[in-house]
Amino acid sequence: MEIDPFIFRSSIFILSIFIGYYVVWSVTPSLHTPLMSVTNAISSVIIVGAIIAALAGNSESIFNTSSFFGFIAIILAAINIFGGFLVTQRMLQMYKKKKDKKK
Amino acid sequence: MISANLAAIFYLVSGILFILALRGLSSPDTSRQGNYFGIAGMIIAIVVTFLSIGNFSTSLVYVIIFLIIGGAIGAFIAFKIPMTAMPELVAGFHSLVGLAAVFVAIAAFLNPAAFNLGNVGDIKLASLIEMSIGAAVGAITFSGSIIAFLKLRGIMSGAPITFSGQHILNLILGIGIFVLIFYLCKTQSTNIFWTVIIISFLVGVLLIIPIGGADMPVVISMLNSYSGWAAAGIGFTLENTALIITGALVGSSGAILSYIMCKAMNRSFVSVILGGFGADNSADDKKEKKDQKPVKSGNAEDAAFLMKNASSVIIVPGYGMAVAQAQHALREMVDKLKKNDIKVTYAIHPVAGRMPGHMNVLLAEANVPYDEVFELEDINNDFANSDVAFVIGANDVTNPVAKTDPKSPIFGMPVLDVEKCKSVLFVKRSLSPGYAGIDNELFYKDNTLMLFADAKKMTEDIVKNLD
Repeated sequence: MEIDPFIFRSSIFILSIFIGYYVVWSVTPSLHTPLMSVTNAISSVIIVGAIIAALAGNSESIFNTSSFFGFIAIILAAINIFGGFLVTQRMLQMYKKKKDKKK
Repeated sequence: MISANLAAIFYLVSGILFILALRGLSSPDTSRQGNYFGIAGMIIAIVVTFLSIGNFSTSLVYVIIFLIIGGAIGAFIAFKIPMTAMPELVAGFHSLVGLAAVFVAIAAFLNPAAFNLGNVGDIKLASLIEMSIGAAVGAITFSGSIIAFLKLRGIMSGAPITFSGQHILNLILGIGIFVLIFYLCKTQSTNIFWTVIIISFLVGVLLIIPIGGADMPVVISMLNSYSGWAAAGIGFTLENTALIITGALVGSSGAILSYIMCKAMNRSFVSVILGGFGADNSADDKKEKKDQKPVKSGNAEDAAFLMKNASSVIIVPGYGMAVAQAQHALREMVDKLKKNDIKVTYAIHPVAGRMPGHMNVLLAEANVPYDEVFELEDINNDFANSDVAFVIGANDVTNPVAKTDPKSPIFGMPVLDVEKCKSVLFVKRSLSPGYAGIDNELFYKDNTLMLFADAKKMTEDIVKNLD
């Protein structure tokens, strides 16, 4: 009997929760704010769905309802991707060790 | 056009890169590299999506245009935002993820064929459940984050908004969503789908309005978690590994942060969610006590004198420092102290500020090296051996009541043992209680000197007096 692909995806999902659990516990508390902004940025990988939706319409009717939502979602996710990664980068750039800059 | 299998492998690669991005954050040294992994993962995911669709018609141009518009807005915000505004920025970003999830779900519902989910009116059952859950969680994330954003921004009062029957209403609406999803599966009706989304928007609002300002660290972490689960829900719909992995990572990350925040406040997650904390009912009792007890107050000169003659100083920053933007002045003060060979360290409580790690970012911004900044457990024993504790903008997290008075609402909350220092300098605008709405015993201790002023102004004055 064939295994339903849903089971495979659920397996990936559950294993990823475990990975997330251990990886996030090892994040140093001083970097919790960058952690939030970077998780924000990566969750915008939802843009993948937005692109599929946007490109689903054929060339003549680019802006039918379904792809319209896709296009808006692209903007929203793109704000998040660029904003999220850049602001994380900006924050991480500020974390310096004692000897690096001082004296 | 690349095959679906190859695309799936690439999505897996980008998922792994996202894991490495989070892994990098285990130390500031590796964090920047981690961020590049994250960016690489994102680029791979986007490029692979283009390739797997293989539709290089005019619409691709539009997609790129929209990407650039969004990217430009995001980049602009990222460079302009002051570090003190990070909590509202993150809340705002969560709302975007939530809304994007809703829109993707709507697009999939209206045009299921494009996603291989069946046809309009005949969407696969599993996909329908996944997309409606994704849409519902996304909608809750969106409206909840908007409320959190408004509260953090100060546009909306941080005070909890409660009304009778609130929890029952939430419960009914929550059950309603599940019932509607059930009927949606039976009827495939567009109207029910829209209703689910609208009710979810409403639930998001109702869920966040009763939660007070001091609980915002939990709220932000919780919404972070929701945005992850929404992404995972959409990931299942789209059968996309990258999205499922990311959703699970973000979801568990937010959940862990919420847990850490709750623990740092000694409050259960449920009690935070039910809200109403800080609305306070014992106001009269508090005022009486305040009138009776004497308080020693001093000025910048006294503070400067005390610190100059100390050999070690511990600084305890809190939300007040962020509000007053005092971090740069503080750093100047510390530089002067160090010139006099005084040992200075920073003690940070997990819930100081309005989001996890908020104080660390502000201090980093003011060029404070991160190895001088310590977490609660690492530094709490040092207070007894230090001469001066300089509390700037923190309050509840230093309240000894948490250790002594079992009746206190914050009893059991881990606090910084500032009172063990030889002397305590407490910068505060007035004697008003903190967000927990309780009086701080520390104000009335013999070794406490209150410095009534704006945190930034006081620090600047101290700097002048240190010369």
